[in-house]
Amino acid sequence: MAKFTPHTENEIKEMLSDIGAQSMGSLFSDIPGPLKPKSFNLPEGMTEYEALSRLTTLSASNETGRILFMGGGFYDHFIPAAVDAVSSRAEFYTAYTPYQPEASQGTLQAIFEYQTMIAKLTGLEVSNASLYDGGTAIYEAAAMAIRTNGRSRIIIDAGVNPVYRKILKTYVINQDVDIIEADLKDISTDREKITALLDEQAAALIVQTPNYFGIADDYTDLFKICDEKGITKIMVFYPMSLGVLKTPGEMGADIAVADGQSLGLPLSFGGPYLGIMVASKGYVRKMPGRIVGETLDRNKKKCYVLTLQAREQHIRREKATSNICSNQALCALRAVVYLSLMGKEGFRKISLLNLERASYLKEKLGAFTEVKPGATFNEFTVKLKGDAGEFVKKMEKKGYYAGIPASIYYPDKKNYLIIAATEKRTVVEIDNFAEAFKSAL
Amino acid sequence: MDNIFSKSVKGRSGVDAGKVNEKAMEAIPASLRRAAESGLPELSELDVVRHFTVLSQKNFSVDTHFYPLGSCTMKYNPKANEAAAALPGFTGLHPYTALIDEEAAQGALEVIYDISRQLCEITGMKRFTTQPYAGAHGELLGILLTAAYHRKKGNNKKYIVVPESAHGTNPASAAVAGYTIITVAVDKEGGIDIDSLKEKMNDEVAGIMMTLPSTLGVFEKRISEVVAIAKKYDALMYYDGANLNAILGKLRPGDVGFDIVHINLHKTFSTPHGGGGPGSGVVGVSERLLDFLPVPVVAKDHTGRFILDYSVKNSIGQVASFFGNFGVILKAYTYILMLGREGLIDLSEKAVLNANYCMAKLKAFYDLPYDRVCMHEVVFTAKKQNAYGVHATDIAKALIDRGIHPPTIYFPLVVDEAIMIEPTETESKETMDFFIEAMKEIAGLAQTDPEKIKNAPVTTEISRPDETKAARDLKLTCF
Repeated sequence: MAKFTPHTENEIKEMLSDIGAQSMGSLFSDIPGPLKPKSFNLPEGMTEYEALSRLTTLSASNETGRILFMGGGFYDHFIPAAVDAVSSRAEFYTAYTPYQPEASQGTLQAIFEYQTMIAKLTGLEVSNASLYDGGTAIYEAAAMAIRTNGRSRIIIDAGVNPVYRKILKTYVINQDVDIIEADLKDISTDREKITALLDEQAAALIVQTPNYFGIADDYTDLFKICDEKGITKIMVFYPMSLGVLKTPGEMGADIAVADGQSLGLPLSFGGPYLGIMVASKGYVRKMPGRIVGETLDRNKKKCYVLTLQAREQHIRREKATSNICSNQALCALRAVVYLSLMGKEGFRKISLLNLERASYLKEKLGAFTEVKPGATFNEFTVKLKGDAGEFVKKMEKKGYYAGIPASIYYPDKKNYLIIAATEKRTVVEIDNFAEAFKSAL
Repeated sequence: MDNIFSKSVKGRSGVDAGKVNEKAMEAIPASLRRAAESGLPELSELDVVRHFTVLSQKNFSVDTHFYPLGSCTMKYNPKANEAAAALPGFTGLHPYTALIDEEAAQGALEVIYDISRQLCEITGMKRFTTQPYAGAHGELLGILLTAAYHRKKGNNKKYIVVPESAHGTNPASAAVAGYTIITVAVDKEGGIDIDSLKEKMNDEVAGIMMTLPSTLGVFEKRISEVVAIAKKYDALMYYDGANLNAILGKLRPGDVGFDIVHINLHKTFSTPHGGGGPGSGVVGVSERLLDFLPVPVVAKDHTGRFILDYSVKNSIGQVASFFGNFGVILKAYTYILMLGREGLIDLSEKAVLNANYCMAKLKAFYDLPYDRVCMHEVVFTAKKQNAYGVHATDIAKALIDRGIHPPTIYFPLVVDEAIMIEPTETESKETMDFFIEAMKEIAGLAQTDPEKIKNAPVTTEISRPDETKAARDLKLTCF
């Protein structure tokens, strides 16, 4: 059994005697006898070697050898080794929330730089220190809108990641909040439908680009209507796409949220990821979560602290802007290191490379299958002749995760398959995939 | 230290992105392209690594400093946890894999299934979900489950009862879930005030949120009475697992009558705090809430294969994109495997031993508002030092000068000038003796030379920041 308590028998005796306790048991004498555990049947402890052997076996029994053409909001991007190296610094990962600024300048400055890069990337002004993930960030953005304009109806485009929409709906089951989903026109935003929903009752409009089917859109027009009606404009974005695509700021969004997985985080079966939230200045006091600010110390030296804490639960309790406490700080650290390594030109190129590879694949598949029209980034939709779910199973046997059958979330789209190609997919891989695809049809 | 943008040199790059055809841009119309440059800095790989490595050195952390931060359980995080979470069969696994083919994610599903069962045995609950990303997220899920339960029964409930000693997340989570908060006072022993509770209970109370042991570091001796009161009003009992580290193998919330339990895996089960996250706030429920759990539930079929079960009758939906912070869950799982039954009991015993040792050694020097056997943490106050103008925050800063991360201060709010010490079980007697001597020295200086304490810290790169200025002249980005 691996054990991490350092006490020797002698020390235990000494300590008990200093405490004035008869035995270890007497320290627990406040727990009434009838409340003792009815059972506590856990296996015997393992050595470190035994435990890691078991984990290694479990890890190996996951099928990760197949080549990934599956996205759905979570992508197979390359992570430079330096990201792991920096985030493996124990001074970062074994520290707590930086409530003691004199002992936490490292974490604080890193988050401050993260906030800056997210603001730059999105063209908006204020980023917080992170939220849990993309889906919970959408709820938090909707809650900000409701707090700001006092309305309670949320209009959300059905092209927003269905997983996120499920989270949003679950969050509000016990609140007087109306969620209205605007159905798509095939796989794109139905502008007429949304425009009809934008009235003075609406608190927020939530749209996503690229949407779940990969369609890249410009929402400037709908956001203009929102401005006229006092509706908060919330945009869900894909960080990697912002190397080339129009930013939330450029479209006029008030709040932009995203899952930051593409910025240096492994897929890891769904987490930990990174909830990104960034907004225009006017929303800062309504924002949830931690925010780092710059200030001066007693000697007028520049330094960083958690600021605007009066919004947060540990001060405001039930009147806080959110209940969030722990966030995804280490994931934000990975993102800031990733973005620093990529830099201005590297990030643009990686982003463009995604576009290039996916466009190439689209062209290849387009030669023999129906590719849905519309501008896309690194993901697009094809319509097969048969069931996409069955097709994906066939492709697994050929060594590929060929995409996401849309019917998982859109039951009426049984033959639609959503396919992604990131910068990691080589031309050879794409050629082979296209061939396998054709033969599986 | 200069910010990273000030180190940027035009034309420098930290990665070779590879060959790209600029013409690829033509695939998207000009109207969809970004106009402004990204504004990211331009640095070499070494520039970046050095910048962040030097930054890391400005932190106190568990691996470098004693970190007795009450309520946060800053125990040592075994390195095997990290090794497990970094295995390629886990890091490279796309979350949709299980949704399109459970067969391809058997190992990951087994981890989730297994840890859920272990946690059931540890807490006495019927089933766990790993979806919540953090403690407060678990609280929110728990209260949403409470709402779904009452709605199904046709109960008209509006309130959640929270003791005034609770973490701020309790009332905040209940409010996010749509409830109004009723606050109940704490009695002279540090437990919930039963008379005040009885007075405030009514038919519209949906649930009572309790932290056990309480945030004052003491056991709620009258917990069974609270459970009985809740039952009378058909209110659910919520167990905030922030302090679970004290009671492994000594008490199970399920046996006591709790309906919902959240566990902070980043506290009791030794996953690192990451400078504020990611954590994991897994939630366990009693029999009567099984039908409301989020989906998918990881289950085992008759052939022993692990599957995703969506058949939960009245499921509230989902609160996470997939299975929660899976990488964090892996670390906790590894830890539980290594410790096993005896190791888990041992850790709680040593955590309680260490806290009582600090209490015994320091009570002559610091005011102790609840002078009784404590659990895994002890709450002192700075009242004695207040007489000399020294406050809890001054003591905290003086500890930083002595190479110790301060305890939690000013929490719980019910104790003025609180200093909440949680040594955790992984710390040795020598480390605690070093801390105890530092605390004694500070208590002495508070009397003889209080200015020294009030000027602390002096050994760190920065002195005390002007927090008022930070909130008034908001500067939230480098530019």
